[in-house]
Amino acid sequence: MTLLDQPAGAPLGSVWPPDAHGPRRDPAPLLPDPEPLRVLGTSVADKLDPELLRELYRRLVLGRRYNQQATTLTKQGRLAVYPASTGQEACQIAAAMVLRDTDWLFPSYRDTLAVVSRGVRPVEALTLLRGDAHHGWDPKAHRVAPLSTPLATQAPHAVGLAHAARLRGDDVVALTTVGDGGTSEGDFHEALNFAGVLNAPVVFLVQNNGYAISVPLAKQSAAPTLAHKAVGYGISGRLVDGNDAAAMHTVLSEAVEHARSGRGPVLVEAVTYRLEAHTNADDATRYRTPDEVTAWQARDPLHLLETHLREAGLIDDAAVAAAAQAAEELAAEMRAEFHAEPELDPLSLFEHVYAEPTPQLREQAAMLAAELAAEADAR
Amino acid sequence: MSTATLAQALNTALGDALREDPDVHILGEDVGTLGGVFRITDGLAAEFGPQRCLDTPLAEAGILGTAVGMAMYGLRPVVEMQFDAFAYPAFEQLVSHVAKMRNRTAGKLPLPITIRIPYGGGIGGVEHHSDSSEAYYAHTPGLHVVTPATVADGYGLLRAAIASDDPVVFLEPKRLYWSKDEFAPAPVEPIGRAVVRRQGTSATLLTYGPSLPVCLEAAEAAKAEGWDLSVVDLRSLTPFDDETVCAAVRATGRAVVVHEASGFGGVGAEIAARVMERCFHHLAAPVLRVTGFDIPFPPPMLERHHLPGVDRILDAVARLQWEQ
Repeated sequence: MTLLDQPAGAPLGSVWPPDAHGPRRDPAPLLPDPEPLRVLGTSVADKLDPELLRELYRRLVLGRRYNQQATTLTKQGRLAVYPASTGQEACQIAAAMVLRDTDWLFPSYRDTLAVVSRGVRPVEALTLLRGDAHHGWDPKAHRVAPLSTPLATQAPHAVGLAHAARLRGDDVVALTTVGDGGTSEGDFHEALNFAGVLNAPVVFLVQNNGYAISVPLAKQSAAPTLAHKAVGYGISGRLVDGNDAAAMHTVLSEAVEHARSGRGPVLVEAVTYRLEAHTNADDATRYRTPDEVTAWQARDPLHLLETHLREAGLIDDAAVAAAAQAAEELAAEMRAEFHAEPELDPLSLFEHVYAEPTPQLREQAAMLAAELAAEADAR
Repeated sequence: MSTATLAQALNTALGDALREDPDVHILGEDVGTLGGVFRITDGLAAEFGPQRCLDTPLAEAGILGTAVGMAMYGLRPVVEMQFDAFAYPAFEQLVSHVAKMRNRTAGKLPLPITIRIPYGGGIGGVEHHSDSSEAYYAHTPGLHVVTPATVADGYGLLRAAIASDDPVVFLEPKRLYWSKDEFAPAPVEPIGRAVVRRQGTSATLLTYGPSLPVCLEAAEAAKAEGWDLSVVDLRSLTPFDDETVCAAVRATGRAVVVHEASGFGGVGAEIAARVMERCFHHLAAPVLRVTGFDIPFPPPMLERHHLPGVDRILDAVARLQWEQ
């Protein structure tokens, strides 16, 4: 009997095909909801802890100010480039908030806000984009992997780390973030497949902001939703409104808990929108209309949450002012740190290529040292 | 002293590493139940369990990417790529992450990963089973690239690779897997040292991996022509042992570099340039190269014409301007 001879509608769990082919599983529980989950504006929101909602708000305000200040620093030449997450702040802060201290975050290049929300100082989170170093923070101290620029290549790292932690008996979940374009990469698929097979405690957060630089999702994927991609790997897919901070927190918390409890990895697709261009070097007017941007501005995550909190009577003008004040303090700290010139040591280029420099690198370091000495003499 | 094949020495090295360090984990395609297509991991899953010697899905980038995450958590993964040409899907993980992670994190995230890759021709392999891919890896800063040519080095170099806190691309000359020699497990010198396998006076052959036995055979045959050849086994392409190589070349004043890989942009070009830069006034002739042709690896029935053989090596030695 070949696969093609299989009778239609063969019952699940029958003796055919034989064991080595693996048990067939019912895909229904893995399928995402047809519509992205929303919480704000529904009765579910009333059941949430008001203090959690206020904390989400404070962090959103900080996040928005962080994006604005980083963009300004780029215009002032203090950052080489900045891929803003303006409009995606709910995804960013929720990803950081749902993790325990011992969990790990594996961010992509647009996710410095998630990194900062995890406790890394902005000046350390942004060294890659400032250009003074490839990477700024201690990954092990913060349990935050370096920003990954090659798309989705950090996803298998998250799987491997989560797998290793489980081998050691440690309670660790890894959460990795990928964009809609990144879901086309082979490493994304291999990571989902490995995570499924190893039953690794990993959460894959896809921030679907509609565009991979200029290419819209319609040209990127024919999948019903990106969350459906989970099902082919035996993983649960969830679909959530990425601009609804309460929904993001709810879905990601459940996903992390699902992974932590040993029930397997989860793929979460957050439907969101990048209100700014891809980076400051991009011209978004070439590929999207002002009307589209305006429509999404009406669904600004900060606006949605603030409206809800005000209507529910959970914040007042004083709370709003306090959040804004904290944001101004963050922006002032960023300005102070980024307007100071970074200290650069050219000879450090050779220090960490290997545990011990090779004889060849020692020779080259000596050459550079001589050049630096000659430069100093000439001055 | 008992005898062993290179394959058995590698298997012993893996077993000893697993036994001595609980952080060592093997992962790859068919490495568990089957023991690897070349049986290098034979018996390890049975002795150490399926988690320590893990059968993975068939996806090389996934294997290496998973190993990166495992190393970030403190494990010491040993990855098997089934064949040279099957390692290419993992190239991005290797170049963009494995090679760079220590450097980009200023030493905070070292990746002690060993990537074992059977390489080279000479076994009648069909297309995609005989590549010599060392130049790609040797060109990538942040990787160590080593290749054993003897049974003893198979053990010692693999133990050194696994013990290294840096990523090591460990290239196994697959046509030497079944070569036999006396064997007692012993460490070798730290990674990065070449060794003079044969001391001569006329000219020096610089080689590594699968070409070492060919060069030793050529050196024996050369005696009939009145040449007494030195043979240097590089063992490590990165770091490169300029000291041993240059001493051996200066002692004879003539040198030929021998490897299976295509010559253009190959490791032999780097070696020839380094020797020329450092030993020019000791040289009686230009450094020559004997390499595979600049062609995709040939079909098995034609591979003997591509691979450097004794005659081609002796022809090169004959061209080292002896008449002056």
